[in-house]
Amino acid sequence: MKKIFAALVVTSALTMPAVAYAKPVTFTVDMNRYGGDGAYLAFYVTDASGAYAGSLWMAGEKSKYYKHLSGWYRASAGNTAEVDGITGASVGQGKTLAIELDLQDALFDAGYTLHVDASVEDMQDSPREVSIPLTTDGAGQPAAGTVYINSVTYGF
Amino acid sequence: MSRFLHRWPGLFAALLVSVIALSGAALSVFPALDRVTVPQAPAGMTVAELAASIQAIHPGLTEIRRSPSGRITAWWVDGDVQGYGHVDPQTGQATASADPDPVERWLTNFHRSLFLDDTGRVITAIGAAMMLVLAVTGAMLVARRVGGFRRWFTPLKGPFSGRLHVELARVAVFALVLSATTALWMTADNFELVTIDLADAGFAEAAEGAQLPLVQMQALVDLPLSDLRNLQMPDPTFAGDTLRLETATGAGHVDPTTGALIGWDEAGFGQQVSETIYMLHTGQGAAVLGLVLGLMALAVPVMAATGALVWLAGQRSRVRISANQPVGKAETILLVGSEGGSTWGFAATLHAALTATGQSVHTAPMSAFAPERYRVAKRIIVLAATYGDGDAPSSANGFLDRLAAMDRVPDAPLAVLGFGDRGYPTYCAYADAVVAAAQSKGWRELLPLDTVDRQSPQDFARWGRALGQALGIDLELVHQPVLPATELLTLISRREYGVEVQAPTVILRFALPEVTAWQRLTGAGFARFAAGDLIGVVPDGSPVTRLYSLASARRDGFVEIVVKKQPGGLCSGQLYALDVGQAVPAFVRHNPGFQPGRGRAPLILIGAGTGIGPLAGFVRGNGRQRPIHLFFGMRHPGSDFLYGDEMRQWQASGHLALLVTAVSRRTQPRYVQDALRAEAAELTRLIGAGARVMVCGGRDMAAGVRQALGDILAPSGLTPATLKAQGRYLEDVY
Repeated sequence: MKKIFAALVVTSALTMPAVAYAKPVTFTVDMNRYGGDGAYLAFYVTDASGAYAGSLWMAGEKSKYYKHLSGWYRASAGNTAEVDGITGASVGQGKTLAIELDLQDALFDAGYTLHVDASVEDMQDSPREVSIPLTTDGAGQPAAGTVYINSVTYGF
Repeated sequence: MSRFLHRWPGLFAALLVSVIALSGAALSVFPALDRVTVPQAPAGMTVAELAASIQAIHPGLTEIRRSPSGRITAWWVDGDVQGYGHVDPQTGQATASADPDPVERWLTNFHRSLFLDDTGRVITAIGAAMMLVLAVTGAMLVARRVGGFRRWFTPLKGPFSGRLHVELARVAVFALVLSATTALWMTADNFELVTIDLADAGFAEAAEGAQLPLVQMQALVDLPLSDLRNLQMPDPTFAGDTLRLETATGAGHVDPTTGALIGWDEAGFGQQVSETIYMLHTGQGAAVLGLVLGLMALAVPVMAATGALVWLAGQRSRVRISANQPVGKAETILLVGSEGGSTWGFAATLHAALTATGQSVHTAPMSAFAPERYRVAKRIIVLAATYGDGDAPSSANGFLDRLAAMDRVPDAPLAVLGFGDRGYPTYCAYADAVVAAAQSKGWRELLPLDTVDRQSPQDFARWGRALGQALGIDLELVHQPVLPATELLTLISRREYGVEVQAPTVILRFALPEVTAWQRLTGAGFARFAAGDLIGVVPDGSPVTRLYSLASARRDGFVEIVVKKQPGGLCSGQLYALDVGQAVPAFVRHNPGFQPGRGRAPLILIGAGTGIGPLAGFVRGNGRQRPIHLFFGMRHPGSDFLYGDEMRQWQASGHLALLVTAVSRRTQPRYVQDALRAEAAELTRLIGAGARVMVCGGRDMAAGVRQALGDILAPSGLTPATLKAQGRYLEDVY
């Protein structure tokens, strides 16, 4: 499997430049062989109440397709500024995407949930394909996806 | 300029444009397949009815889409199980997997990006842009060649690959322009170089309360299924979520508690244009158009190949002039106006022959005309082809302008030799224009204008002798254009005429040579020929081909020519002496410019001597009894009445309506033009009724006939030239 590795030093509400109280977290996404073109993926976080807290990463660079990431689109009110500077290429079927983000320590063990939406041209939209609570203990445990994603794992 | 812009992008992009076109042609099949295989919805079905019938089977329905072909796809989550499929709108049942067709997906990706993502999209867009450039420049070249856009579909003549190239282009160019333009638009849209304001329903909150069943949601009840694009059910994990709806006319939400349409955004003009462009390019929603475009796209690889062949042929026939003298030191300046390159071959032969006699010769394209540099020139010779409707051939660009702008013409006298095809109404028109311009400037003439018809080596050799005479040297020009493959023709009968009147003439009938399956398939060799076509014969002892008009068609079952033994004629002598059972090598040269054509319009055939050959062939093939009026000039009916016996039979059988003969060897000599004048009233009537005139014979006779017909037609306001321009006055002259 081909590894796509994106090393990131970006700033948003959730990611921090290399300062204290932040640590590098690696997300690994295993894609299914779903028989379609490259998938757009949206990584975003909701808080304990289910409210949108911010976006971590967007795989897929053409913003006109973002509305098909319908969970993210609803949550962020379709604001593409939310993912400015944190986008990469769409992810082909059967491939593995690994991204390293510097995340605030406060995101863990505080009721936050990571969601991944997926969408593929001419195929169905798959909002919240994966939803994983962000906990220290959850690190290294793969969470299964449904349509396009085989599993998502995060680790420190 | 058009030629340059057509040739180089064409050669460069041939492969790219071909693969894009081929994959596009393959893709065009899918919308049509969809169109015939998709289960159609009952007339008048509403979105509410469809959604409810699917939901009855799959309560976890999440989304319904309708493709332009009418195919319904639905997605659902029943418990934990995700499902989806193509749905038969009659039953709401999923009938087929909705996984994308892997072949179609592969082709689509190849067609739009060559599997190279955005890089590939840029490459294919460049391909589309080149296609557009090729289509536009090609159209300009075709217009130039046929003499204007109004004559777009004029029948073509010339070598097969060039003809095929243009024949395909004339039909396909419209489709290719459409496909290429729409492709460029789609690329611009994809890269967001153009921004289309798409209908966007934004976000909406549903009112609080219980959800209505789908069949009670008025917005869905009011919506015909044929208008649906996409319907997404509310996400149960979102409180207050709505149904999201996209239709042909816009996007909006349906409040599940009230069934009302909210937050509607109407599709703007830009979106409609954009969607139309997508439809025109993909054929999705316009399957028949898509198939037509796909079919036209198939012409692209053929045009790429034939275009390359045309270019290659031009390269191969490109001639090196050896021992070209510097312009300032040459006594003979040889200027060449060539379009396809064949005239350069004649120039090289002339250059070599003159050099061999000790002349110093400088050969250059006509476009390099620079008389101030011809310091020691004693004569200037121009070999000029004609392009299209009398235009300058490409290597003569600017010659006439420069000549017109000159204060003083060179002292060295001028000889002009025109190259052309008598099948065209504008035969050697450019050479005519050069001579006319030179005369109006008072440029001294070395030789009167002469012409070479269809690269005839005889014409060229004859002119060479005249040139030699003018220069006081013995000049024998032997120029042999590339020879086609010959086949042996075996003589099966010979009929002699005219010995008594010093015009020994023979009708030679040969057996049809064996034709291979490939020749039959491609119409090559003797697999296809008609009366009026030519055969080339290469005699023993000379490399120069002689052309003879065919007096028979393939379906007659034999090959027949009429040969007059010329005094001292090498080829005619050999043919005249041929005995039954002996064979000669020969090849077919098609002569589409001298055919009676289809239709019922009367034919006026005029010939003298051996010129009767093709005309007799036309009469023999006239089983449909089209009215044919034949004017035939001979010396004496007792001696050289060629086809005399057949003529009587053809008149009896209705193949020939009228035969008028003119006899020159008698006390009151009568020539064929005299016979025409005697029938002036009838000829005027026939030509007024749309008759086509075909003349075959020697130059003097043809000129006399032209003169006579000009006089006859003058009162009716017609001339042989206007008839020629209409394709109703055809000459085959030797």
